[in-house]
Amino acid sequence: MRHFLYNLYILFLSVGICSSFIFTAPKALEAFTPDKLLSDSILEERAQDLHEKLRCLVCQGQSIAESNAELARDLRMIVREQLFKGYSESEITNYLTDRYGDFILMDPPIKVTTYALWFGPLLALVIGLFIVYRVLRGSRGVKSSSNTPDRVTLSENDKRKLKALLENRPK
Amino acid sequence: MWWDMLGDKKYEGNVFFSSQRLRRLLFIFIALGFAFLIIVLAFNLFSKDKELIPSALIDKQVPEFSLKPLPGENIGFGSLDLRSGKVSIVNIFASWCAPCLIEHPFLMRLSRDYKINIYGINYKDDPQNTIQWLEKNGNPYTAIGADNNGRVSIDWGVYGIPESFIIDGSGMIRLKHIGPITESDLLEKFIPTIIELNQ
Repeated sequence: MRHFLYNLYILFLSVGICSSFIFTAPKALEAFTPDKLLSDSILEERAQDLHEKLRCLVCQGQSIAESNAELARDLRMIVREQLFKGYSESEITNYLTDRYGDFILMDPPIKVTTYALWFGPLLALVIGLFIVYRVLRGSRGVKSSSNTPDRVTLSENDKRKLKALLENRPK
Repeated sequence: MWWDMLGDKKYEGNVFFSSQRLRRLLFIFIALGFAFLIIVLAFNLFSKDKELIPSALIDKQVPEFSLKPLPGENIGFGSLDLRSGKVSIVNIFASWCAPCLIEHPFLMRLSRDYKINIYGINYKDDPQNTIQWLEKNGNPYTAIGADNNGRVSIDWGVYGIPESFIIDGSGMIRLKHIGPITESDLLEKFIPTIIELNQ
């Protein structure tokens, strides 16, 4: 479904690109309206890469590239506008996180507060593998226990003590 | 080490930490972890907390902006109005927004009974409709600014309307409320915050 929507989006984009060649004479100044592509194709590519990385806060599961929400359209436009003005990707994401918080980023940033989120699963995997390794090694009964004798021969004295213990144990 | 006991059937050293006991312990540990996970997930699933997105703007100064009034009205408003020394409310609304009508009576109460300055950011609205809507339902706003392209609302971190902010006298954002203000929001959130800020 996501792929289908993405393909549809690409289709619309290509239709958009073609029609912009057909219908618009080149302008000296870029006018920003929602979903009008930048004339500079490298800049437009950067804009679309950035769109993929920003969350649509209305729908939350989608990036602003995928969403049809009005806010997503406005945010797409802002990204294009700021790239055109020469702002860098990090300046634009800072602009947006200042307003909407880290939640607007599809990938949460790696910070002290998100270490558990990023590295927790890896740590759990390492611990799990370690336990599995130990269990498998142990069940084959190799070396670690070889210095404990399987059978112990008891002296007569020991046998007597053992018998006494066994008979006197609480029922 | 303790892990030597794991899975080692021949381990005979310490009866208390026999491998069987340790396995049972491990099982209980995993079961408890799983139960904990289920409880946390269930709690999140059924909790009614609407403010899932923490605002980046709390305890920050209001964004710099200036909005024009609706046509035919005298005054718009901007950042300077929110640093007047008085606690004020900024409310983002539109005449096409149905939940805005739900909270409308409570905004009226805040302005009439509690004499709070409420500034309205009119989000992507037809001014004619806004004026009619206010004539019909009452106008709680001290001033209204028309945010025709929604840019100022984006500066306020708005992602759906209605949203409301409580601003202290120095222009610091103290509270953000997403969605319509209900009676319990008014009594339990807005009034206490305003009283606290006025002290």
